[in-house]
Amino acid sequence: MFSELPLLSLLIWLPIIGGIWVLTQGKDDESSVRPIALSVALLTFILSLGLYIGFDLETANMQFEEKHSWISNFNIYYHLGVDGISMPLIILTSFITIFVVLAGWEVIKDRPAQYMAAFLIMEGLMIGVFAALDAMLFYVMWEAMLVPMFIIIGIWGGPNRVYAAIKFFLYTFLGSVLMLIAFLYLYHKSGSFSILDYHQLPIALDAQTFIFIAFLLAFAVKVPMWPVHTWLPDAHVEAPTGGSVVLAAIMLKLGTYGFLRFSLPITPDASEALAGFMIALSLIAIVYIGFVALVQQDMKKLIAYSSISHMGFVTLGFFIIFQIYQNTGSLSGAAMGMEGAMVQMISHGFISGALFLCVGVLYDRLHSREISSYGGVANTMPMFAMFAVLFAMSNAGLPGTSGFVGEFLVILSSFQANFWIAFAAAITLIVGAAYTLWMIKRVVFGAIPADKVETVGKLKDINGRETFILASLAFMVLLFGIWPAPLLDVMHASVDNLLNHVINSPKLP
Amino acid sequence: MTAALNHLHLFVPEIFVASMICIILLVDAYVPKAINALTHQLSQATVIGAALLTLLNQPTETTLLLHNTFVSDSLSVTLKMAMYVLMFGVFVYSRSYLQQRGLLKGEYYVLALCALLGMMVLASAAHFLSLYMGLELMALSIYALVALNRDSAQSSEAAMKYFILGALASGLLLYGISMIYGATGTLELKAVSDVIAEGKAESKLLLLGITFIMVGLAFKLGVVPFHMWVPDIYQGSPTAITLLIASVPKIAGFAMLMRLLVDGMSGLHSTWGDMLIILAVLSMALGNIVAIAQTNIKRMLAYSTISHMGFLSLGMLVGTNEGYAAALFYTLVYALMSLGGFGMIILLSRSGFEAENIEDFKGLNKRSPWYAFMMLILMLSMAGVPPMLGFWAKLAVISQIVNAHMYVLAVMAVLFSVIGMYYYLRIIKYMYFDAPAENSPEIEANTDMRWTLSLNALAVLGLGLFPHTLLQLCQNSL
Repeated sequence: MFSELPLLSLLIWLPIIGGIWVLTQGKDDESSVRPIALSVALLTFILSLGLYIGFDLETANMQFEEKHSWISNFNIYYHLGVDGISMPLIILTSFITIFVVLAGWEVIKDRPAQYMAAFLIMEGLMIGVFAALDAMLFYVMWEAMLVPMFIIIGIWGGPNRVYAAIKFFLYTFLGSVLMLIAFLYLYHKSGSFSILDYHQLPIALDAQTFIFIAFLLAFAVKVPMWPVHTWLPDAHVEAPTGGSVVLAAIMLKLGTYGFLRFSLPITPDASEALAGFMIALSLIAIVYIGFVALVQQDMKKLIAYSSISHMGFVTLGFFIIFQIYQNTGSLSGAAMGMEGAMVQMISHGFISGALFLCVGVLYDRLHSREISSYGGVANTMPMFAMFAVLFAMSNAGLPGTSGFVGEFLVILSSFQANFWIAFAAAITLIVGAAYTLWMIKRVVFGAIPADKVETVGKLKDINGRETFILASLAFMVLLFGIWPAPLLDVMHASVDNLLNHVINSPKLP
Repeated sequence: MTAALNHLHLFVPEIFVASMICIILLVDAYVPKAINALTHQLSQATVIGAALLTLLNQPTETTLLLHNTFVSDSLSVTLKMAMYVLMFGVFVYSRSYLQQRGLLKGEYYVLALCALLGMMVLASAAHFLSLYMGLELMALSIYALVALNRDSAQSSEAAMKYFILGALASGLLLYGISMIYGATGTLELKAVSDVIAEGKAESKLLLLGITFIMVGLAFKLGVVPFHMWVPDIYQGSPTAITLLIASVPKIAGFAMLMRLLVDGMSGLHSTWGDMLIILAVLSMALGNIVAIAQTNIKRMLAYSTISHMGFLSLGMLVGTNEGYAAALFYTLVYALMSLGGFGMIILLSRSGFEAENIEDFKGLNKRSPWYAFMMLILMLSMAGVPPMLGFWAKLAVISQIVNAHMYVLAVMAVLFSVIGMYYYLRIIKYMYFDAPAENSPEIEANTDMRWTLSLNALAVLGLGLFPHTLLQLCQNSL
């Protein structure tokens, strides 16, 4: 049933057209804006479940493919398709967007139509990035997505929003333009923009290295990896809650997705040659940024740094595969590292999104993100405290939550590569626990300090809408923590295929 | 005698425009002022009529006529059609602006159409003399247009500057042409090309000649280091005239590049190609960096023009038909965006108020979300953000650079584009992130202006989603 529908096109264009519809509604009657936006988001999510139901677990080939000629002068196709790597990310995107719409339900009073429309259009574009199999289509979506985010941060952001918005835009754009040149190089070499053709293209190592670096700049900025991470704390702090959620939960995954779709399969030899460098960058992100997070005074900044640190696990899992294969000679250890990294991508989407929503709940009430403005919140908001503690625990990697699965798999596989890499990565479990739980201790627990009786003492606990948001995310976090099999099953075939391709690719001199 | 008149139907659009100029001059002088809308409608009719005549009289192959001074080929048809479309837009946007300032006189239409005629001749030039004639007809008309508001000291100064520097550039160009003539013994571009290909010409003289010609060309295009006039003229002219200067003559500039460098001197590609590299890189660097510091929007867009002209030169310097097609595409796209951009400035201006500063765009999203969105499209397109049309133009050019293995140049081009992005984003910032100023009034405009402007901006978006047809057109033109 699902194979006949152009499901991916629907997933891309439904939110975009829905977003434009929302825009036109905003003029005279703003009350209809929110329900329309919510129904579009819900409908998109329900449709995206069709991907899961109709997905064939046995094959690593692209599924739900659509291919139409778009710009024949450049041999550019409107070519969509998903495999086990991109499919979970698309569902994550449509899932998170629902909560973004809900999170802005009451808070956004200034131009709600434009707010909702920007998020819906961005959702469509992000799904497009995950589904695109044509490099140019990918690039168009990849860059176009920045515009709604730029506007979201700039209009509804905090006091320093203009700086953050422009920094975000220029930083990420600067990263990606070299990728464009790499695409053009590959186009003139292969005569097409098809990503799948690129995978089969034999390229000499020195050219691969240049291409890898061009890709690395684009993706490292997005992930973000140390040392090109500085835009993220600014963007997170200034963005409205919804913007932070989308940034952390989805946009960062675009960078790591890029490594899987482009860097590793197109330039396998350069990836192998530079794997040590990538591992070093990942470890710096994991350990150093973990310590940076420890000293933050601003809750959003703390979670932002924690995101960078957690994304380090993802890139570590991707690039440790070469060393594991060298040491063990089998792909199963490498597959474990890579699958762990991918589970971490999805799980971090839920956890970081949830943490930003928690901060949003507090911010909506007291308009402060400073840790020192709070204390003893559990006394007035017991329900909220329960969720906040749960998400903090999973952020720290508590077994039984999804945060544990990914990190554990990555660390476990790292042991097969090198004890010290694994050791360094494992340190972060302690640091991560320290900064998250210390923040929770200062914000949630204890008695309400005397000077905050007027503020914290009068907080109202979360309402039904907020409870629904947090409970849904908590459910997902626990579900994948206890039973990650559905997620892993989807990935197996694609990961095996990717590893086979990357490690056994024929080498050119 | 008959040989000279062969294929004369290909020259009909020029004859038509010239005749209409005379008629409009008479109408304006003798028909009572009460119906002065008549000149406007006649001018529009001239443009539409010329477009129809051009379409009806298309050459089946490259045809030389009028003693080999005039060429009609698919390139000239494409260029002229682009000029008509842009000129039509210019007339629509300018009307109420000029009317509110008492500048809407018959001379405006006559001069603008003279400039159009000059550009049409330029697009079809097959001879150094016809090329020079077309160029001067265009330039002299525009000098006068810049001074249209003769009571404004700023405009007069700009016109004076433009005239003196323009005359200097024309002189240099002529000097170069005379040397080429000395080296090759002919003024026909085709014959010049043949003599150069045979290697019979004195190479030192040719080199000197082409250097002078390049200087003249660089001045007319406004690329660094011959760009000094651009910001002053853009700022000093009435906005409606800036709109004209910033749109249609860019097509003519491209035509001049094509006719002189490609038709006439393709044999010297290695020489002028290297010169273009320097001009292109300097223009992109200076244009994009200096634009950041501007507070006057017309001046900012002037520097943006400089950088865009540098980008255009990149397409030319590859020296292949695909490269020229990319440059043509870039030119058409840029002219369309520029038309829309200055159209927006005119929209925000009212009687007694010039929207000169970037601050005048403050809070446009609150005042008029629709036009803020239109400007958003135009600015993103100029910055080269996909999926706008400007992105594909940049892509087409960079693709050719990469194809020619000039990777460093390609990297520089994209890096300067990112630098340039900042000042386009700044306008978006003013429109979307800032609150409108206290006394900013409602936006009012004629229906035709509103529709044309919206159509203009939506075309930039729509053609950006489906750039295939326009790209194909450019490739077929070469």
